[in-house]
Amino acid sequence: MNEGVLHTLVAFGILVVLLTIAAGLIWLERRLLALWQDRYGPNRVGPFGLFQVMADMIKIFFKEDWIPGFADKKVFVIAPAMLVITILMSFAIVPFTPEIMVVDLNIGILFFLAMSSLGAYSVVLGGWSSNNKYSLLGAIRGAAQMISYEVFMGMSLMGVVIMAGSLNMTDIVIAQKKMWFIIPQFIGFVIFFIGGVAEAHRLPFDIVEAESELIAGYHSEYSGLKFGLFFVGEYLGITLISALITTLFFGGWLGFGFLPPVFWFLLKTFAFIMVFILLRAALPRPRYDQLMSLGWKILLPLSLLNLLVTGAIVLYFQ
Amino acid sequence: MTAIASILNDKFQDSILSIQETKDEFPTLWVNPGRIVDVLGFLKNEVARPFKMLYDLTAIDEQARNHRQGQPDSGFTVVYQLLSFERNSFIRLKVPLTSEKPTLPSITSIWPAANWYEREVYDMFGIKFQGHPHLKRILMPQTWEGHPLQKCHPARATEMGPFQLPESKQEIEQQALQFKPEEWGLDNTLEEDDLMFLNLGPQHPGTHGVLRFVLQLDGEDIVKIIPDIGFHHRGAEKMGERQTWHSYIPYTDRVEYLGGVMNNFPYVMAVEKLAGITVPDRAKVIRIMMSELFRISSHLVWYGTFAQDLGMMTPVFLMFNDREKVLDIVAAVTGGRMHPNWFRIGGVAQDLPTGWKKLIQQFIDYFPKRLKEYDRYVMKNGIFKARTVGIGVYSTEEAIEWGITGPGLRATGFDWDFRKKQPYSGYEQFEFDVPTAQNGDCYDRSKVRIEEMRQSLRIIQQCLDNMPEGEFKSDHPLTTPPRKKHTMHDIETLINHFVHVSWGPVMPAGEAFCSVEATKGNNGYYLVSDGNTNSYRTRIRTPSFPHIQFVPEISTGYTIADLMAILGSVDYVLSDIDR
Repeated sequence: MNEGVLHTLVAFGILVVLLTIAAGLIWLERRLLALWQDRYGPNRVGPFGLFQVMADMIKIFFKEDWIPGFADKKVFVIAPAMLVITILMSFAIVPFTPEIMVVDLNIGILFFLAMSSLGAYSVVLGGWSSNNKYSLLGAIRGAAQMISYEVFMGMSLMGVVIMAGSLNMTDIVIAQKKMWFIIPQFIGFVIFFIGGVAEAHRLPFDIVEAESELIAGYHSEYSGLKFGLFFVGEYLGITLISALITTLFFGGWLGFGFLPPVFWFLLKTFAFIMVFILLRAALPRPRYDQLMSLGWKILLPLSLLNLLVTGAIVLYFQ
Repeated sequence: MTAIASILNDKFQDSILSIQETKDEFPTLWVNPGRIVDVLGFLKNEVARPFKMLYDLTAIDEQARNHRQGQPDSGFTVVYQLLSFERNSFIRLKVPLTSEKPTLPSITSIWPAANWYEREVYDMFGIKFQGHPHLKRILMPQTWEGHPLQKCHPARATEMGPFQLPESKQEIEQQALQFKPEEWGLDNTLEEDDLMFLNLGPQHPGTHGVLRFVLQLDGEDIVKIIPDIGFHHRGAEKMGERQTWHSYIPYTDRVEYLGGVMNNFPYVMAVEKLAGITVPDRAKVIRIMMSELFRISSHLVWYGTFAQDLGMMTPVFLMFNDREKVLDIVAAVTGGRMHPNWFRIGGVAQDLPTGWKKLIQQFIDYFPKRLKEYDRYVMKNGIFKARTVGIGVYSTEEAIEWGITGPGLRATGFDWDFRKKQPYSGYEQFEFDVPTAQNGDCYDRSKVRIEEMRQSLRIIQQCLDNMPEGEFKSDHPLTTPPRKKHTMHDIETLINHFVHVSWGPVMPAGEAFCSVEATKGNNGYYLVSDGNTNSYRTRIRTPSFPHIQFVPEISTGYTIADLMAILGSVDYVLSDIDR
């Protein structure tokens, strides 16, 4: 088999696996939340309710594809697709193992940051084109939140970049052979994690949706398949952030040798996915302005400090 | 003559038309319509130990009433009920209105809280208030014809003819629903100021029911906020005039639908005052025990949904599970859950079932641990604190000015609990504390409610340990349903029983008011009997009505997210606002 075909197969395989994981996460989250909330969750369709997602998918596929008359139609359709596309594109740079990855870009991290910036458009355009005040408020919140959180999310990663001496994801993983970056870059990790939660707009940072305030925020007007895209996009986002945390701070595929690398990678990723779900079960939602001041007044200076200290230490030991 | 009556008599000699005797023994004075503003102003601002709270304002359509001995001639009577905290007493002022188109000066200049009450009286009776800033219908649709609580207004669907909606009428109805900022007292200067109107509700996850707010926003900051109520209006007061005294009890359950039997409480006590029934001790303690169980259940719903308003997902499920445990007890005792319809005039429906003690003891042993756990989940959570501390603050004075009672008042540092101050049904024999807090913000209101649950447990434990033996229902002939043992003696007793069961008892003419410290504040029933099988006028004074009127005062300047926190912390139910 020639290399091109193999590569295409790997990329396609990753896509299928990712979409399955995202769909499976919906089930996993509902079951886990139910466990923590003293109730059952979906347990009727298939064993342990595993086929619930399939049933939901079938329902969503057969729903009327409806666009509100007052919406800006083209943008309204593009917005949800954009979310899923940008997140899936970001996965291209994630090294699941040395062999399984789509492209080994030497600007890996930059590519991820670029894609996540593009992803912000999805929320903004979705909310704007819905032509609904609640959606608009959600979009405004989303724009402010995602733009500002991206600033120090990128900043927090620079420590890792300095230590690895590369923006390339594979190099970063290999640089962690002696020690995972979680130890020297603990502050960077915390900031990236918080930024990641905000990026995936999950509770406690789901102020763009804020069910009890803005009903559903930017996707109030969406239904059927287009809503489904936003929904799956959210879980893809969780998976992406978890995969990146694994890669950047927890040594990616590196493990203790007796199991295949991909297993270690998935194990670590799922651990973080669980943390995401646990966060949702445990925390209330801060107010929009509190979120912003946390970002600009605490996290940004911290990430700058982290960058400064890391740089100084690395220079000193050279 | 009571002290306050003689003070008023001296001060406003000609204006005090007469003094009425009522079964609740409140000083009840008839005042000349022209002087009512002066009299109320005097009572609020000048008299020693003043009446600071406008507790209720309502009206009575007197035109079909037979028993009015000693009362001045009146077509419509407007009734003001004031509360003095320093005197720990109520006073009732009545104003007779005789003209075809009754009007009265508005008292909104004295109490801003009179605003909604006067609108309600206008809506229900057609009485106009001069000088009112915004006299518009409040509960009924703007297109409604007639004023429902007038005696000439039909009460049953069969009296009204079939409902029809021809196109012309539909057009009018839809026109009436158009949003015109001026009609809401909002100025339409959006363009210049970059402001936005936002319609929040009546269908909105944050309002806990069909409550609507119109917001004028600057970004997300609330510049102006106007509540719109009436979507949950079911005419509970009008129904009181057509149901028998007994068959109205189930309707009271539904006035504040989380409080269950707590709603029966003031109603049956008011009827008992009218009838002169003394309730046996066992029934009194059963009533207290069931009410306190419902206080816990209601507070649990509040606790969970409040946390949910702030984005917490888990507590609501855990708390509803615990609430289910309370409702299981309620079901075991009464057979019902949320609306057990359990109190009767003169007692309760049945005796407690076998094994009730064990059932309740289990809950008392189980629940404090959970409360402690919830403190850890919710009250000690940093984000929760950031969302609630210093939000929606008001002082004791403001609270009194606007008619706030219950936990909302106690959170400002004022330990006013009707169970302690005006004990009813034997509350004076129980040991419990009145929890208070100092700051009057969302967090403190929460603190008070959570502590109240612990105190309710204490009360229930005391009920458990000291449940008196004896009858669960009074022996009085007006008790409902009448006791079977009185029948089967002769034809007379049998006929009496039959008439009581089929038509219902006839309560002696008179007026009585009774209120309780309900879950959300002070809930009172003002009943007027005209010597009939049903009430002549049933006035339900609910706590949520003034509380929601107060919301704009405490939420202007905050953001939408804060509004949700404030609404959650106020703890209302829509049925309690609209009745």
